[in-house]
Amino acid sequence: MAENGIGVAVRRKEDRRFITGAGRYTDDINRPDQLYAYILRSPLAHARINAIETAAALAAPGVVAVFTGADMAADGVGGLPCGWGVANKDGSPMVEPTHPCMVVDRVRYVGDQVATVLARTRAAAKDAAELIEVDYEELPSVTDIHSATADDAPLVWDEAPGNVCYDWAIGDARAVDAAFEKADRVVSIDVVNNRLIPNAMEPRAAIGEYDEATGDYTLYTTSQNPHVIRLLMGAYVLGIPEHKLRVVAPDVGGGFGSKIFHYAEEAIVTWAAKRVGRPVKWTADRSESFISDAHGRDHVSHAELALSDEGDFLALRVRTRANLGAYLSTFAPSVPTYLYATLLAGTYKTPAIYAEVKSVFTNTVPVDAYRGAGRPEASYLLERLVDKAARVTGIGPIELRRRNFIDPDSFPYQTPVALEYDTGDYDACLAKALEIADYAGFDRRRKESAERGKLRGIGIATYIEACGIAPSNVAGALGARAGLYEVGTIRVNPTGSVTVLTGSHSHGQGHETTFAQLVTEALGVDIDNVDVVHGDTAKIPFGMGTYGSRSLAVGGMALMAALDKVKAKSKKIAAHLLEASDEDIEFKDGKLTVAGTDRSVSFGEVALAAYVPHNYPLDILEPGLEETAFYDPKNFTFPAGCHIAEVEIDPDTGVTEVLNFVAADDFGRIVNPMIVEGQVHGGVVQGIGQALYEQCVYDPESGQLLTGSMMDYCMPKADNVPRLEVATNTTLCTHNALGVKGAGEAGAIGATPAVINAVVDALSGIGVDDVPIPATPERVWQAIRQAAA
Amino acid sequence: MYEFNYHRPTTLAEAKTLLESNADAKLVSGGMTLLPTMKLRLARPTDLVDIGNIRDLGGIRVDAKNVEVGAAVRHAEVASSADVRKAIPALSDLAGLIGDPQVRNRGTLGGSIANSDPAADYPAAVLGLGATIRTDRREIAADDYFLGMFETALEPGEIVVAVRFPRAKRAAYAKFPNPASRYAVVGVFVAETGAGIRVAVTGAGACAFRVPEMETALGRKFAADSLDGIEVDAAELNGDLHASPEYRAHLVGVMARRAVSAAGG
Repeated sequence: MAENGIGVAVRRKEDRRFITGAGRYTDDINRPDQLYAYILRSPLAHARINAIETAAALAAPGVVAVFTGADMAADGVGGLPCGWGVANKDGSPMVEPTHPCMVVDRVRYVGDQVATVLARTRAAAKDAAELIEVDYEELPSVTDIHSATADDAPLVWDEAPGNVCYDWAIGDARAVDAAFEKADRVVSIDVVNNRLIPNAMEPRAAIGEYDEATGDYTLYTTSQNPHVIRLLMGAYVLGIPEHKLRVVAPDVGGGFGSKIFHYAEEAIVTWAAKRVGRPVKWTADRSESFISDAHGRDHVSHAELALSDEGDFLALRVRTRANLGAYLSTFAPSVPTYLYATLLAGTYKTPAIYAEVKSVFTNTVPVDAYRGAGRPEASYLLERLVDKAARVTGIGPIELRRRNFIDPDSFPYQTPVALEYDTGDYDACLAKALEIADYAGFDRRRKESAERGKLRGIGIATYIEACGIAPSNVAGALGARAGLYEVGTIRVNPTGSVTVLTGSHSHGQGHETTFAQLVTEALGVDIDNVDVVHGDTAKIPFGMGTYGSRSLAVGGMALMAALDKVKAKSKKIAAHLLEASDEDIEFKDGKLTVAGTDRSVSFGEVALAAYVPHNYPLDILEPGLEETAFYDPKNFTFPAGCHIAEVEIDPDTGVTEVLNFVAADDFGRIVNPMIVEGQVHGGVVQGIGQALYEQCVYDPESGQLLTGSMMDYCMPKADNVPRLEVATNTTLCTHNALGVKGAGEAGAIGATPAVINAVVDALSGIGVDDVPIPATPERVWQAIRQAAA
Repeated sequence: MYEFNYHRPTTLAEAKTLLESNADAKLVSGGMTLLPTMKLRLARPTDLVDIGNIRDLGGIRVDAKNVEVGAAVRHAEVASSADVRKAIPALSDLAGLIGDPQVRNRGTLGGSIANSDPAADYPAAVLGLGATIRTDRREIAADDYFLGMFETALEPGEIVVAVRFPRAKRAAYAKFPNPASRYAVVGVFVAETGAGIRVAVTGAGACAFRVPEMETALGRKFAADSLDGIEVDAAELNGDLHASPEYRAHLVGVMARRAVSAAGG
């Protein structure tokens, strides 16, 4: 193992600048002569706009321009594109309404962009926005799935009858029906997957700039994937050729998916910068984030599991309705379909699965991928159902799961819902989690709690996720309008230091360290001599960005491929310098040695020879030592694991406290165990947040967001979280050379069902078999009270 | 936030003059409610008169009978004062449960009770201990002070100078915090002072209120089970996203019993 190579818990290289306050985020950037944009947003959930009067705002002090949707339309600006098409059951395409950067004549959710004021200060822009008079004619609105699918529901889009975007299905309905007919028993469950508001620590921001002399545009933005933004905004919205558009995503303070998407504000500031000939900066405040960052989850599902008397899963039938919000955000259609229903096999060998998903429009903020994106929804539904089956059949949660796990020796395993799992050992993770959680000692602890008048419960959830997205041809066949490869460049500098250019983007994940460890391992270069550059389309050849736990499995593999090329070329250069055959050169610990001899050159000498090629095989090799690779994964990766939560409920108040939490995960090979542990911690806390605290609520009458601030939207806090026990059990991914699978989302996937299963377990003794999510104190208290009545 | 003029007087007289000479002036102490309201553009004072620098409003004075806390004293100061802890530990405990460290190091007693937020903690102690509110022009008994939601007996321009809390034989505060904001969903302050037993509730109603039935029951026997069967009427209580009136009514009972137990009953 190299000193700071693969497997070492290297301290994060990037943390020095972050913990000393020297990070450089989009809002830290100021451009000469810049103006500040304030976006006037709709105060109504649904309304027709009869007129917008901007003259008074334009005359206000400090104001330079006021734009509306009509101005953008007149300039031929396009709508925000959707990157994934999903077909209906009958093969017809989904309803794909236009998604204007600013509306023209109708607003469809509280927060919809109505007008943009540019002024010399942020306060002046905000003051002036109050002078804009919008003549709204309010329309009835729908915000929740039930209302949106009711017979007489108001329509968000005239072209979407019943508010349906698509009505999609996967799996073999006939096989599932047949299995249900011969089943010994059927267990069913209704579950809600609560709507969440991402709340990255850094609010979104964007700065647009236009150089009239060269015709070059620059956009600084809080993005997880700057090249994708360049492609979408340049090609579909503003019509700017890519060589004239630079997109920079500098330090980004958390994304959790919400910064994947191409947002209207990015296009507005870029377009406006040219219109006024000055840079334009927009920064969201926290209240604005609540009503303009894409939300997550929001499913309502009914699921049935067919079992044999022995507890074998025979078939699974799922009917899900998903809320997509008012418009289709960039990847929205894929989340409740290909990222959700394809995971419904979970860790189990259920032979037949059929899932129907109807996605609907509502007068709410668009919903898109949020940490886990579809996979937490699948895992939550399945693990709640399996736990219920374990209770109803009396087989028990461990035995029922073990009975149905896919055997470790049956990989590769083709599920009935499209995916082929490459490897895994689900029972090993379960066994490890049970041991760490001292599952055997739980009864004693339950008694001890009971003596104090408390209800203690323990909950198990296994999960699987499809990460490392994605093989481009597979994604394309499933409706993706993009390839999902990654790009990496290894630039060896003349003195042997290395600059890594990656199309992945780090916004908290620690890539600057993890990727440097790959280089250290491969080339023997000291980790301090490796710098990782990301987030700038002018510097990086191309990139698809970071989401879906893909950075290491796809981005890291692109770097590995580039490193292989560097190593191969280095051997040729060394062979020349050492007057040997390149097949005889061994590359180890930063030295290139003629096998079986003591003749060697250092990697630094090879690098210098490449850039100062006085003694160099110029007849067969180009000078220089820089290699780029595009890596397209062969399959998804399949991280899996088992989470166990132990909770204690105060029956007097309904308060649930998480006492112990164990995560035993299989992430494949681990490059930096400290960073992985941190990823699990963060994910688990988000999962606990979804289970017990976080809940986006709209007023059903007015369509107003009621949880529009931290005062009402409850993010989990440090004192809500116990010490987290984190362990791993490794099976290596079979289709990438690193054997890595990805670790970014797992915590948020496994924790939520584990916690709710624990709450239900705690209450099962008093006759409660279901609790709503999030299991807030009042809801738990009500459940206890109803059971007692 | 709209533009405003900021004043920082050092005497009460100066503050009063500033307040009187500007029609839309507002006093600001810790600003824990006013500033967020202004940032959301829900309030538009022309002038802010910051009373945090007025000597007369500061200080904690403890004597044999009372603990007097200046209006501008911050929650953190009350929570960490050895004198307060010795005299009325329940008051220290309550101050230490307000908001978070940032709020406790900015927010003040005077600001809290002048605002009379229905979910604020301090009103429970003021009413529960039967404190006296001393203003620039008079003294007001706690029972006469809290009138409704964000409504007090203070007249326009009247400034809270200090609050005089009588020492208690026993007292405790039990709080059920809102998981998001950490304001009180329900907080119950139970105290026995020379004037008798008082039970004051915050968070549940329009403003802090007493529960006479509980006080009578505790007067017979100061024990948690004395409260069994006593219910407050949910119809009078607040309901919101976080707690329905009936849940609040239930929590009043639970928190009252916990406060009594913590006070040694």
